[in-house]
Amino acid sequence: MNKMNIHIVKRDAVIWYKGFAVRAAAIIASLLVSAVVITLLTGKNPIEVYSSMISGAFGSSLRIWSLLQNVAVLLCIALALTPAFKMKFWNCGGEGQVLVGGLATVSVMMFLGDSLPYPVLLLVMIAASVLAGIIWAVLPAFFKAKWNTNETLFTLMMNYVAIQLVAFFLKYFVKSGSGILTPMPEHGLPVIFNQPYLLNIITVAVLTVLVYIYLKKTKHGYEISVVGESENTARYIGINVPKVIVRTLVVSGALCGIAGLILVGGTNHTISTTTAGGRGFTAIMVSWLAKFNPIYMVMTSFLIVFLEKGAGQISTDFRLPVAISDIVTGIILFFIIGCEFFLQYKILVSKGRKEND
Amino acid sequence: MLAFLVSSIRLGMTFLFGSTGETITEKSGHLNLGIPGVMCVGASCGCFAEYLYLTAAKANANYFLAVFIPIIATLFGGAVMGFIFSFLTVTLRANQNVTGLALTTFGVGVSDYMIAETGSIYSKGSRYFTTSLPFADDLGAIGEIFFSHGILIYLAIIIALVSAFVLNKTRIGLNLRAVGENPATADAAGINVSRYRYASTCIGCAIAGLGGLSFIMDYLNGNWEYCIDAIGWLTIALVIFTVWKPHLAIFGSLIFGALYIASSYITGVSFASKEIFKMLPYVVTVIVLIFTSIRDRKENQPPQALGLPYFREER
Repeated sequence: MNKMNIHIVKRDAVIWYKGFAVRAAAIIASLLVSAVVITLLTGKNPIEVYSSMISGAFGSSLRIWSLLQNVAVLLCIALALTPAFKMKFWNCGGEGQVLVGGLATVSVMMFLGDSLPYPVLLLVMIAASVLAGIIWAVLPAFFKAKWNTNETLFTLMMNYVAIQLVAFFLKYFVKSGSGILTPMPEHGLPVIFNQPYLLNIITVAVLTVLVYIYLKKTKHGYEISVVGESENTARYIGINVPKVIVRTLVVSGALCGIAGLILVGGTNHTISTTTAGGRGFTAIMVSWLAKFNPIYMVMTSFLIVFLEKGAGQISTDFRLPVAISDIVTGIILFFIIGCEFFLQYKILVSKGRKEND
Repeated sequence: MLAFLVSSIRLGMTFLFGSTGETITEKSGHLNLGIPGVMCVGASCGCFAEYLYLTAAKANANYFLAVFIPIIATLFGGAVMGFIFSFLTVTLRANQNVTGLALTTFGVGVSDYMIAETGSIYSKGSRYFTTSLPFADDLGAIGEIFFSHGILIYLAIIIALVSAFVLNKTRIGLNLRAVGENPATADAAGINVSRYRYASTCIGCAIAGLGGLSFIMDYLNGNWEYCIDAIGWLTIALVIFTVWKPHLAIFGSLIFGALYIASSYITGVSFASKEIFKMLPYVVTVIVLIFTSIRDRKENQPPQALGLPYFREER
């Protein structure tokens, strides 16, 4: 009796254009599925819907600036998480680390804004946000290094502690009890060339290059890769694993703190419990989809922000619930996640031999 | 005080569904961070089914169908989410954290869309779910605490007890735990790792979905005003808090329910400090997590292969 046998075999490496083609195919397939879903749910023509998506992202210079700003923030958080991920330390606490960074910034702006000269204020803001981010990230790292406490769950919980901390301070700072803090643009980061977001974008661009160099060209980066691939190997060749874990999370937390500084000091000039807005989680996706490569992350974060902005525009243009954007984003993510399989493995189908050979 | 206890029980049992479901999933080595999304989708399916049924049946709606149909729809919705998760992580070998987070994005989108399209009020359907046992009123305080709840509350406890029994006393449970602890060994012993992971994730998600339904229909009395994803994250915390044991989760969920609503029952505390109270469940969870890892007792650890993929070829 002939049986069809299916083997799944690991590929060596995919040539870059093939990899690009598979990913592009996945995105197109996901857009087709989303189109079917949109038509079923709303009865609108999907082509119109997608063209409104593009205008939502690129339609005016204001929209493009806002797109770039959002890419910058998301990219910054993804850069922050990447060193930890390369070490297989699942830092799901970006949200919390960004929030405490922002909280530190806003506190400095509020209490020291009027008393310190502006340059000193800026330095204090940067130091405070970075320090806050580091504390939030190093706490789980310390326990992971010392007692192997599960870091995914620990960092997840720290997010909610941070959110409640912000909620507490908002009630505490704002005497009216409304919980809404008036923006303080006069104490924010400086505006260069009259473009409010330009400094943020440049900062993140510089950080991207720095993180790339840190991961690919330095001894620290090498140690991170070794610990990520195999802790036993790392120990065997004399790497102090707990030290690397804590040190990497210092970097991770500091960068998250900077993301908080950019969000609060350079963008909103105030804080709320939704300031991070789920970016701490989206950034995990950005980093993973880019295979932890900072340069690719520019593209993946751009893709995800484009989807969000575009989907937001769909809902205004067609008077659809904003939630449709989450549904579409979710479907597209499923496809992108799924397509990685075809890049890493190939499926061989062979006519099976006879059973009684 | 009585009202506080009753509310804690109603809220706690919502958590219990989620944590039982997530425990079953985690025992197979799957860390499903999509639970918030699963609960949203479960609740959406249940509420939508109830809406359809009540519109179709008008005045002829009977208690049995009005409860039964949404529960089946919820189980189905949750299981579909579980299937998506397993398909991506087991068959397509994707990363569990990333897949879970995508599932949450999708699920939150589905439920928000649902609220926007069909309205957020399901109080008509909610009446069926909050119908208490007939003799509750005659028993005073005891009746109020133990017998005044809707059907889902009792279902949560039954499911938790059955899960605890299956996990600890049956061969299926033993195999499942083996898959979560060491899939390679389980595979060598002839256990089908993929099948166990698929099944446990789908069943776990179906149960977790009921948590979403219970939160909307029972605890909120059908007024679905805000997204329920925060509840989902709390249930993941609860799994840790109860060290992966569904029977402990019955009490753990009561404590969580009480902590969660304590701030609105305590008088004489400032507005701001109430926010600190809401932090407590998470802080307590972190402490439990640290404590169990320091004590390092085998029976209180997370499943050893939690969050790790298993591919036979890469052993």
